[in-house]
Amino acid sequence: MASTARSQPPSAISPRRISIFPAQIWSALQGLLIPFLAVFTAILAGSVLILLNGRDPITAFEGLFQGALLEPRGLVDTFIKMTPLILSGLAIAFAFKSGLFNIGAQGQLIMGSVVAAWVGFAFDGLPPLIHIVLALLAALVVGGLWASIAGVLKAYADAHEVIITIMLNYIAAKFAEWLITAGSGGSRPGPLASPEAAQNAISRTPEILKSAELPILYTVPPRTSNTELNIGIFIAIIASVVVMFVLYRTTFGFQVRMVGHSPNAARYAGVNVKRVTVMTMFVSGCLAGLAGGVQTLGFFHNYQGNQNLGLGFDGITVAFLAGNNPIGINFSALLFAIMDVGKDRMALLANIPSKLVLVIQALILMFVAADQIIRRMYRLPKETTKAPRLKIGPRKEGAGR
Amino acid sequence: MIEIGLGVTLISIINFTIRHAIPITLGSMSGILSERSGIVNIGIEGLMLMSAFTGFMMNVALSKPGIDPNLQAAAVRFSISIAVALLTGGALGLLLAILSIQFKVNQIIGGTVINILALGLTGYFYDPEANVPIKPNRLPALIKNNPLPDPFDIELGSKTLHITLIHDLGELLLDKNLITVLTPILVFILGWALFHTTWGLRTRSVGENPRAADTLGINVYRTQYTNLFLSGMMAGLGGGFLTLAAVPVFEENMTAGRGFIALAVMIFGNWRPSRAFVGALFFGLANALQGNLQQLGIPQQLVSMLPYLLTIIVMAGFVGRVRPPAAEGQVYETE
Repeated sequence: MASTARSQPPSAISPRRISIFPAQIWSALQGLLIPFLAVFTAILAGSVLILLNGRDPITAFEGLFQGALLEPRGLVDTFIKMTPLILSGLAIAFAFKSGLFNIGAQGQLIMGSVVAAWVGFAFDGLPPLIHIVLALLAALVVGGLWASIAGVLKAYADAHEVIITIMLNYIAAKFAEWLITAGSGGSRPGPLASPEAAQNAISRTPEILKSAELPILYTVPPRTSNTELNIGIFIAIIASVVVMFVLYRTTFGFQVRMVGHSPNAARYAGVNVKRVTVMTMFVSGCLAGLAGGVQTLGFFHNYQGNQNLGLGFDGITVAFLAGNNPIGINFSALLFAIMDVGKDRMALLANIPSKLVLVIQALILMFVAADQIIRRMYRLPKETTKAPRLKIGPRKEGAGR
Repeated sequence: MIEIGLGVTLISIINFTIRHAIPITLGSMSGILSERSGIVNIGIEGLMLMSAFTGFMMNVALSKPGIDPNLQAAAVRFSISIAVALLTGGALGLLLAILSIQFKVNQIIGGTVINILALGLTGYFYDPEANVPIKPNRLPALIKNNPLPDPFDIELGSKTLHITLIHDLGELLLDKNLITVLTPILVFILGWALFHTTWGLRTRSVGENPRAADTLGINVYRTQYTNLFLSGMMAGLGGGFLTLAAVPVFEENMTAGRGFIALAVMIFGNWRPSRAFVGALFFGLANALQGNLQQLGIPQQLVSMLPYLLTIIVMAGFVGRVRPPAAEGQVYETE
């Protein structure tokens, strides 16, 4: 692919091809081309790093895909890892559509996980379906409310949502840590700490009740938590369809996108920009909170801190790789899950540190965001229609910028 | 006998506060340098982590047996290692500048790229086992032996005064390494330069209104590139402090959120170096007192929440309004 693109002089590309393909198909293909080339280039760069270590890149990437896709165990694990990535990617994409950068998916995810765990273990005697729905709903709402703090401060105090959500991430992490702490040095155990675990100085919540566990669809023997596929993956995929629908087929979604394109135009058209800002953050937080809830109810069955490490930040790359398209996020989440699951096999077979996938992920994000690098590298024509750029500074009320 | 002095506890609290505050201060200076010129820098964490790593690896490489003894002398070895840390930070700072200015990448994304990249690269190239045999020593104190008089007694009538104060002050002020001593000086220089030099005026005007700055003939992009390089070096020094001065080891993700506390401190200090320094010292103190507060029944987690909580409070404008540079986060495009 790279060589054919390279052999075309830049000026020869647009007129002839457009006459062959309908413009829409060509633009859709172009939309896929950049992410594809970004991933391809990042993998090439990763190969160079592997060669620097004196190892074989082919073996490494073979191991990566073998471990993640070609065995039932790996495949199930890939689907499990994919679930929260889809949801946190959706959270970031949704906020981004209205020009908000929800870098705090991490914190909302943590709040969602903790609450789901609490509802999961504290409410005894509920029928399974109701218990699950109740726990997921709690995770959703708490995640949404946590994000709304940033939305409200953005709308009414003009505070930078990026900074606020970063701070909320740390507050959520510390707060959850306090809730479940086993207690030491004279301090009491946290309110949600499991008494049995606390006796062994382990900080976690009690296990959730059986009635709150997400149903298992398929188990690969031998049974471990990594080989039980729960219904979470379908919750995530359905969520992506719902988000697509809300964004493109409802008035609220239209308002969200309108505010993203131009807050001033939206205001003149009678949209309550402040309210949309708060609502957008709430919905975004709901998706992140749901990610946490699904993690707790489907996979961990308790909350023990640090289990969501980095998920919120992975969501940024997942969303950007998909161009913030809700359906596309399913596929970019799949790619990230493959990397996450296959990295250990890769490390084992090629004898390289598994942290390589982080480098590749960072490069993917960089190349997708800086598509000009990719365009220049592969001699692609410059983008003709200019997509609206996200302004992250405080929105100027009424300023004509 | 009456003792006049600072006491062991107080000295250790103050030292802990300083040790904690130095990397955060340097990180916040890094943030001020870039944000004052209009570029949001949430990559401070990554800048610090990466330079902590390279500085440490250089120190390890120079401590290995078989290296020219001239290079192994502490002064030379640490100079080279600190220089490597500075240059690493500077280079990554330039990367952020190139991404934001040349490629017009969203600056939050640019910073996130740097954070993930640093985590990945340091994890990939750091081999814990390879470094076990060599444990380099730490950056030594500038004045090693406390030259101030030892504690002495004064007979005052029937009472004896045991004066340790002078000796204690020596312990507190003189037993410090180069980076610790340099940090307050850098804070002072930056604060002065930002508000009293041509460079500072240009930086601030680019951060507030790049169009007006451009009209007046200021090279907006060059100012931003220069500032991002300096910003990276500042964070590089902070990273160098962690692995060269604080502890002579490197661990994965050892910055552990310091870059983000630095960001908080920068905002808390309203983008002013001296106030950010005071903020860093305050948070350092809160951290130093964590143990004591825990005994009073205040959980340690809630104390470490404080910097983030206070940042939100000042950003929301409940107490003392802070104001970021007006053009922060927007790419300036020449017409």
